[in-house]
Amino acid sequence: MLCQECEEREASLHFTKIINGEKTEVHLCGVCAKDKGDYLPGGKSFSIHQLLSGLLDSGQGKQTKQEGTRQARQRRPELKCGTCGMTYRRFAEVGRFGCADCYEQFDEKLDPVFQRIHGSTQHTGKVPKRKGEDMHVYRELESLRQQMQQKIEEEEFEEAASLRDKIRGLEESLKEKGGGAS
Amino acid sequence: MTLRSFMQEAVSPWMKNEGPDADIVISTRIRLARNLENVPFPLVAAEEQLQSVYTGTADHFDQRSHRRFGTFSMLPMQSLAGNEKRILVEKHLISPNLARENQHRGVLLSEDESISIMVNEEDHFRTQCLLSGLQLEEGLKAANTIDDWMESKLDLAFDERRGYLTSCPTNVGTGLRSSVMMHLPGLVITNQLNRIIPAINQLGLVVRGIYGEGSEALGSLYQISNQKTLGNAEEDIIKDLKHVVTQLIQHERDARRQLQEHSLNQLEDRVYRSYGILSYSRRMESKEAMERLSDVRLGIDLGILPEVGAEILNELMVMTQPGFLQQYAGMSLEAEERDQRRAALIRERLLMETTQEESDGGGDE
Ligand SMILES: [Zn+2]
Ligand SMILES: [Zn+2]
Repeated sequence: MLCQECEEREASLHFTKIINGEKTEVHLCGVCAKDKGDYLPGGKSFSIHQLLSGLLDSGQGKQTKQEGTRQARQRRPELKCGTCGMTYRRFAEVGRFGCADCYEQFDEKLDPVFQRIHGSTQHTGKVPKRKGEDMHVYRELESLRQQMQQKIEEEEFEEAASLRDKIRGLEESLKEKGGGAS
Repeated sequence: MTLRSFMQEAVSPWMKNEGPDADIVISTRIRLARNLENVPFPLVAAEEQLQSVYTGTADHFDQRSHRRFGTFSMLPMQSLAGNEKRILVEKHLISPNLARENQHRGVLLSEDESISIMVNEEDHFRTQCLLSGLQLEEGLKAANTIDDWMESKLDLAFDERRGYLTSCPTNVGTGLRSSVMMHLPGLVITNQLNRIIPAINQLGLVVRGIYGEGSEALGSLYQISNQKTLGNAEEDIIKDLKHVVTQLIQHERDARRQLQEHSLNQLEDRVYRSYGILSYSRRMESKEAMERLSDVRLGIDLGILPEVGAEILNELMVMTQPGFLQQYAGMSLEAEERDQRRAALIRERLLMETTQEESDGGGDE
């Protein structure tokens, strides 16, 4: 979303200001936020959620100036989850997804978010048994392929060949299962 | 009635002071965040969706028996009294957030309370395994077993790339928060902990005081937990945490030895003063209780107070909380009254230690 002050740059600071019980939502870009020094972090008005939402939104601040101005003229339709109705903007504010499908719907913006929070974008842990039977095989395959590449580079061709056979075997078993199950 | 037995049987397994390194590690907690595939997360879900999650869960698991963990019972938040919820919070079985809710919220508890599953908290399910001492691998194994059991009956939200999908982006992936509660008086007294904490933070782990506000840690009790949930396998997350905790245990033991060797008189004075105050005072704020209990526990661990059992810290830090005091008194109490009751309960508990000692001749049962 655009900065409410200059209406030109992407807003990167989002928070709720409360004055005399009146709530006002404030959305500013870094430049305008600096001008209005009182909004800058360090003030006590920032809650963890506000900080988190700043973090979440930073994923979209990387566009070029050109894109920024194009967007200013013609507002891009907002990212919205069709299943639960959550918008990306709301997600950035509250720091919570609405449903499992939000992950898919907001996908284009999530890599930098996860990278910042977790230093990673890809799950490598537990896979549920029922749902992920095949995933175990895919992961095994991935690891075998890497090993095979390694062996080829090291010119250990005999070992590479035996890894290749293993890979073929697994691929076959996947095919058979896919054919039988669907 | 099961509810009553849950409430009156005050001591959960994690308070029993058993398990590896129980002289320093009070408890180990493993938590898995899980959600259903086709229902919006609780913060967004409509009334009837929350209800369907709740009743569906109850249908599958309430009064059902698991071969390893026994029968599970669902406690609906709606039908619990305020103080009953408070006690569940004080026993670390539910979160304060869940206790604030009523409709369509609940907790599934295993018979021995080592497993609790919060339903419709921030996520549809928060499965927790709480054990005494340092038992990260055992805790993860238990939590995984329950997770598999749930997954056999429910369609959980899972994505190949992102893993288990959660309401908050900080939990996605494994949904795993593993944490260890440690008693670190040696490092606190010798002023070493403040130096160590930043180093631990750099490893992606969080250290925080368990009781008290902000950075203040009452009773030298700290919780160390992993922060990142995406990118590493569960076993690796646990291994990293265990590595750091093991080192901390070593540092704490060294610090205690230092104190014994170089300032035994001050140490004994501190322990006996606190023991005396706990044994005789007529008013006790929870803050002071926590500090004194920590001193006494240190004295027990170092052999200064051989006649007192080590589990008093674990027990009393829970049972001197407002909910338990009120339960014990059978009525609601003002802060002032609580301070009196707290002092009385601690005196009574300490007396139990010494009289038991006399009656059974010092044998440990
Ligand atoms: Zn601006
Ligand atoms: Zn959604």
